Amino acid sequence: MSIRERLSGNEAVSVAMRQINPDVFPAFPITPSTEIPQYFSSYVANGLVDTVFIPVESEHSSMSAAIGAEASGARSMTATSSCGLAYMWEELYVAASDRLPVALALVNRALSGPININCDHSDVMGARDAGWIQVFAENNQEAYDNFVQAYRIAEHPSVRLPIMICQDGFITSHAVENIELLEDEKVKAFVGEYDPEHYLLKKDEPMAIGPYGTPAFYMEAKRAQLEGLKNAKQVTLDVAKEFAEISGRSYGLFEEYQTADADYIMVVIGAAAGTAKDAADQLREKGIKAGVLKIRLFRPFPAEEIVAAIKHAKVIACMDRTESYNGNAGPLGAEIKAALFDAGETVKVLNYVYGLGGRDVTVDSLTSVFEDMQKVAQSGVVGETYRYLSVRE
Amino acid sequence: MAYNFKEVMSKPERLAPGHRMCAGCGGTIAVRNVLRGLHDEDKAVICNATGCLEVSTFMYPYTAWEDSYIHNAFENAGATCSGVAGAYAALKKRGKIDDTYKFIAIGGDGGTYDIGFQSLSGAMERNTDMVYVCYDNGAYMNTGIQRSSATPMYADTTTTPVGSVSNGKPQNRKDLAYIIAEHNVPYVAQTTFVQNFRDLHQKAEKAIYTPGAAFLNIMAPCPRGWRYETSNIIDICKAAVETCYWPLYEVIDGKWILNYEPKQKLPIEEFLKSQGRFKHLFEKGNEHLLEECQKEVDRRWEDLLFRCSR
Repeated sequence: MSIRERLSGNEAVSVAMRQINPDVFPAFPITPSTEIPQYFSSYVANGLVDTVFIPVESEHSSMSAAIGAEASGARSMTATSSCGLAYMWEELYVAASDRLPVALALVNRALSGPININCDHSDVMGARDAGWIQVFAENNQEAYDNFVQAYRIAEHPSVRLPIMICQDGFITSHAVENIELLEDEKVKAFVGEYDPEHYLLKKDEPMAIGPYGTPAFYMEAKRAQLEGLKNAKQVTLDVAKEFAEISGRSYGLFEEYQTADADYIMVVIGAAAGTAKDAADQLREKGIKAGVLKIRLFRPFPAEEIVAAIKHAKVIACMDRTESYNGNAGPLGAEIKAALFDAGETVKVLNYVYGLGGRDVTVDSLTSVFEDMQKVAQSGVVGETYRYLSVRE
Repeated sequence: MAYNFKEVMSKPERLAPGHRMCAGCGGTIAVRNVLRGLHDEDKAVICNATGCLEVSTFMYPYTAWEDSYIHNAFENAGATCSGVAGAYAALKKRGKIDDTYKFIAIGGDGGTYDIGFQSLSGAMERNTDMVYVCYDNGAYMNTGIQRSSATPMYADTTTTPVGSVSNGKPQNRKDLAYIIAEHNVPYVAQTTFVQNFRDLHQKAEKAIYTPGAAFLNIMAPCPRGWRYETSNIIDICKAAVETCYWPLYEVIDGKWILNYEPKQKLPIEEFLKSQGRFKHLFEKGNEHLLEECQKEVDRRWEDLLFRCSR
C-alpha cells in the first residue's frame, strides 16, 4: 500500500533520496534547494541512511566531489539551484564526459543578475548543452517519482550519463501538496544496487579517468557521449513502464493534455503546466479546442514524438521561462521550431518568454496566450513570433 | 622502522617511464619520490589538478600511473579527492571493499596556491583522510611561465616581465604551508630535493599515513621556467635550503618542528644567481633589490625559528 502524505517538493525529493540511501552526498546550501541537504543531513544524523555526507565549501566542490565519488564506484547525488548550478558549470561537462551517472536535484531559480531567488528556468536551460539528461516535474508527486526513476535511467549500461531532476523553485519546492509515496522496500528494490563495470576502487583493476583528449580522440569521445544520451530516450520509457507497475502512475517523454483534437496547443515546462491545463479546461467549456503538451524529458529532446503530437494544431505557443538573448527564440521555442521544420511541418508557432524571476503565471495570463493563438489563426497573420508575457514594456 | 635509502629506492616505480614530462622536471622527481612513501601492499588513488603533470602523464589512450588516477579540473583536486575518499569510506562501511587505499591529491602551485585554494582549504578543514602534495615551481609553467602567488618577488615571468620600468614580480610570495598549518590539520610539511631525498621520503610516508588531512609542500624547480642548466637542480635545491629561502620543517598536531638549521646561513644570492629568472637582480644598480630579497628571507626565517621554539 502506498503512503498518503502532505509534503513540499523539497521534502518529497529528500524522501526519495533517503529511500535510495546513496553512498556519497556532497552538498552546499543555496535557496531554494537548501532544504534538501538539510533534510538529508537529519536522516544521516538519525541513522536513517548510512551515506557519507560531505558538507563542501561551494557548489563547484559539491559537483567535483560527486564526480570523484562516482568515479570511485559510489552512487552519488547532490542538490542545487541557480548560481549554484552556474558555479558547477565546468564540472557538469566533466561529469557527462566521464560518463558518470550522478543524480542532481535541481530546484529551478533565476540566475543573477539582478539577484533573484524565485523561479525561472535560466539555470537549467543554460546547462542544456552540458550532456546531462534533463527531466522536469509539474508538482511534488512528479519530482518524487522522477527522482525514484533517475538512477535507473542514468546508470543504464547503454546510457551512463548524469541526470538532473528538476522542479520549480518555491512553486513546487516549498508548496505543500498531497502526495503518494512508495514504501521504502519497493523503492530500494526498484532502484537496485549500483554495480558499475569500471571504477577507481575496483579490486585488482586500477584505472585512470579524465585523460587529456587530443584532436585524434576528442571528437569520437563526444560522439559516443551523444549516443548514450540518445539511448536515454528509450530507457526513460522502459523505466517509466516498470515504475507504473509499482506505483500505478504512468509517465512518458511528455504529457499530452487535450492535444489529440486541439487547434491550439501550448507547449510548456514545469509547474506552469498545471495553470495551462486549467486555462485549457476553461476554454474547452467555451468550445475552443485548447490543449497542453508538457515536456518531461528535455534532454535528450524527443523531437519526432513531439512533432507527431502537435503538428495537427492551427497554432502552437512555446513557453520559455528564460531569456536566451538571441532575439529570435527561447530554448524550447528553438527546439520545437527546428523539429517542425525538419519534419516539413509549417504550423504557425508563437514563442513566449514568461515568468522570469518568479513573475506570476496565472490562468488569465495563459488564457491570453490561447487568445493570441486564436487571433493568429483567424487573421492568418503571425506578427511578432518572439513575445514577452505579463511584462511592463 | 629505521629509514633505509636502498630499500626506498628499490621500490617499484608507481609512475612509469614513458610519460612526456620534460627531462629534469622537478615535478616528476617530486611525484616519484612521494609515491615511494606508499607501503608496497597498499593501493592509492591519485587525484591530479590540471597542469603539466596531468597533460603529460595521461594522454588518451596511455597512462603512466600504476595506481588508480583521476584528473578532474584545474581548481578542484582537493574536492575531487574528498569525493574519492568519501566513496572509499562509504564502500568500506558497506563491505564492498577490503583493500587499504591511500588518497594523494597532486597539484602545481597554480592549482594549489591560487585557483585550487578554496577547494584545498575545504578539504583540509574537513580533515579529509588524504594528503595534498603541491609541487611548487613558483609559476604557471604549463601555460608558459605566468606568475602565481607562489612566485618569489622580482622573478621574471611572462606576466611579470622585466622591462624598462619593471623589475619582475612586484609582490612577495604567499606562504601556503603556514596557511594550511593554520587550518589545524594533523600534518603539514615543507621539503625539497636535499639530503639524498631522505627528508622527502620520510615526510611523504608520514603525510600519507597520518590519519586525517595532510599537506606536503615540495619546492620542485622547473628548468624551463627558472632558466638554469638542468643538471644543476640538486645544487639549486641545496642553495634554497642553505640560504633559508626554503626551510625544511613540519607542523605535527600544531607543533612546529624545524628539521634542518644551516650551520652557516648563506646569502640569498647563492640561490638566485644560477637562475635566469633573477638575472636582472645582478645588474649594476640593482643591489638594493637583492638587499630586499635578503631582508624578506631573514624576516621569514626569524618568524619560523620563533614558531619552532615555542
